[in-house]
Amino acid sequence: MRPSATFDTHTIAEIQRAAETGIYAIRGFGAKRAVPHFDDLLFLGASMSRYPLEGYREACGTDVVLGTRYAQRPLRLDIPVTIAGMSFGALSANAKEALGRGASMVGTSTTTGDGGMTPEEREASDRLVYQYLPSRYGMNPDDLRRADAIEIVVGQGAKPGGGGMLLGQKISARVAEMRDLPAGIDQRSACRHPDWTGPDDLEIKIAELREITGWQVPIYVKVGASRPYYDTALAVKAGADVVVLDGMQGGTAATQEVFIEHVGIPTLAAIPPAVDALQELGVHRNGVQLVVSGGIRTGADVAKAIALGADAVSIGVAVLIALGDNSPALADEYAALGTAPGRYDAWHEGRDPAGISTQDPELEARLDPELGARRVANLLRVLTMEAQTIARACGKSHVHNLEPEDLVALTVEAAAMARVPLAGTSWVPGNPSTSPGGPQ
Amino acid sequence: MSALDTPPVTTLDLDEQGLRAVNRTLQEAPDGARFAVTSPGGRHAIAAGLRSAIEVDVHGHAGYYCAGMNQAATVRVHGNVGVGVAENMMSGRVEVHGTAGQSAGATAHGGLLVVEGDAAARCGISLKGADIVVKGSVGHATGFMAQVGRIVIFGDAGPALGDSIYETRIYVRGAASDLGADCVAKEMRDEHRAELAALLAAAGAPDADPGDFRRYGSARTLYHWQAP
Ligand SMILES: Cc1cc2nc3c(=O)[nH]c(=O)nc-3n(C[C@H](O)[C@H](O)[C@H](O)COP(=O)(O)O)c2cc1C
Repeated sequence: MRPSATFDTHTIAEIQRAAETGIYAIRGFGAKRAVPHFDDLLFLGASMSRYPLEGYREACGTDVVLGTRYAQRPLRLDIPVTIAGMSFGALSANAKEALGRGASMVGTSTTTGDGGMTPEEREASDRLVYQYLPSRYGMNPDDLRRADAIEIVVGQGAKPGGGGMLLGQKISARVAEMRDLPAGIDQRSACRHPDWTGPDDLEIKIAELREITGWQVPIYVKVGASRPYYDTALAVKAGADVVVLDGMQGGTAATQEVFIEHVGIPTLAAIPPAVDALQELGVHRNGVQLVVSGGIRTGADVAKAIALGADAVSIGVAVLIALGDNSPALADEYAALGTAPGRYDAWHEGRDPAGISTQDPELEARLDPELGARRVANLLRVLTMEAQTIARACGKSHVHNLEPEDLVALTVEAAAMARVPLAGTSWVPGNPSTSPGGPQ
Repeated sequence: MSALDTPPVTTLDLDEQGLRAVNRTLQEAPDGARFAVTSPGGRHAIAAGLRSAIEVDVHGHAGYYCAGMNQAATVRVHGNVGVGVAENMMSGRVEVHGTAGQSAGATAHGGLLVVEGDAAARCGISLKGADIVVKGSVGHATGFMAQVGRIVIFGDAGPALGDSIYETRIYVRGAASDLGADCVAKEMRDEHRAELAALLAAAGAPDADPGDFRRYGSARTLYHWQAP
């Protein structure tokens, strides 16, 4: 009766599924296996040598300005948590509207996705970031000029090196029209930009986008975490105002499982090299902002990402859960789909009982954008208050004052990746000037 | 419009005014205005983001993204252009009286791009509805993932023509010896000869014979992949 650690239940089921169908598994959500993450870090609260701030009474700032390098109108956010790019197509129009309204309620931004900008989304969002993707679906200069920031997508953490997919069930007439594709086809988006290759071209592309938008709005470059030191340095060299770094745990609407679980590096491991690049170029917290995403769930994650050097974070899966994804209330419907609350990831199939990852009008109608917006705003508020709680405990009057020095790691791996000491020691693996036995 | 109504041509010199000032003038010009842009010097993004029915003649060679995202304007380049001429054009007309670099007319949604000479690789990549007429030959992967719109090639097509093409129609007069994945030769019916004749006339080649061209398009075998 001994189960195999090598051939575990999931692995066996996957081999059986492959043998039956002859095609790889596609799914939504992010990486599901455990990789070193923010849970492996802890904050050192203030004590004798540091003064904490009073919760509720003493101010702890959370505002962030993105795009201070070149943009005449940088994006000013009240909180350091933004909503990541998720396409209309992957998500229903109601879901997109709810995200825009929820973000606006708490003074932050939301982002379009691989499919263009819908009027509802523009209307609902005080601050809307417009993605400029390899597919260029729905891309047009009017929407570009309507955007509050532009995000050039080079890659995504769930699939660095891969393009989007949207299966036929979700290519409704409206989605097809926005993307100039035949309705009902299984769509695979390009993985390379059609008119630039490499960082030297990207510099010229960024200059063109600035010419077309009159140098008004910030231009971000989003990369999936694989070689973050070089990618960050090259994005800065190409003229980015903001670098968006998405770790391997980052969510997706539809990607091959093998891609989600085996390509890219964890968010935790990606931040320090990106910060190194920014510091070496003299732009860290000084001209170019870093936005980190991929598996951010709590205010502790927000605070840890910022302490390691991010200016803000971006979230995807967590806001979908806030909207009602994977809710226990839908247990019966999930059972009918062969799954259960907490496990549902077939976002590519378009049969989402919560009305989020679907284009079916009946399912979509289940999602009330106003109620959804309130839930999203609540989550964003809680993440912010939690991050403030931690910052105050560390004696910081602004979340940006959190720093690596406030952190220790629970595991040797996390200590090495985050470059902070193993808890209870002064040892930072990989840093020869520290040792396991030194003072703390 | 009689000769008297024709507005005078305003000359904008890029060496004297710089790119930002010249582009701003062009982007803010009212319908009907006419401009000559001089000293382009291979600069990038010349006449990008235009949005009114103006006429612009660029005298010399332009770099990347000349007339990028054009809306309504007519831009004539009297020279060669670099990568991405008329990329993502929405409407209007762009003429290159020379040769074009890679990705000419990439992702363009509308309007007409005419290249008098050759165009390099990936001409009309991910085309989304515009028309492209190249009077010379084109490089590899022309019409890659092209979705809607038409591409007309007077000369030869490079390798992997129309790879992963969707509903774009490609017409070739010269050789097209290497077709990309899912791209096939298709029957020329009357409706195709008629649309081609109209395109040839619009591109200033009314004497070219549609009967000399062959049509290529999607076999549509990649439209569905069998997923679990
Ligand atoms: C449903 C869904 C759709 C997405 N669509 C896009 C997209 O169109 N473009 C993009 O750059 N990233 C897309 N992403 C990735 C997100 O922008 C973001 O990088 C990721 O969700 C962050 O990780 P998290 O979900 O763990 O917070 C999508 C993610 C999800 C969950």
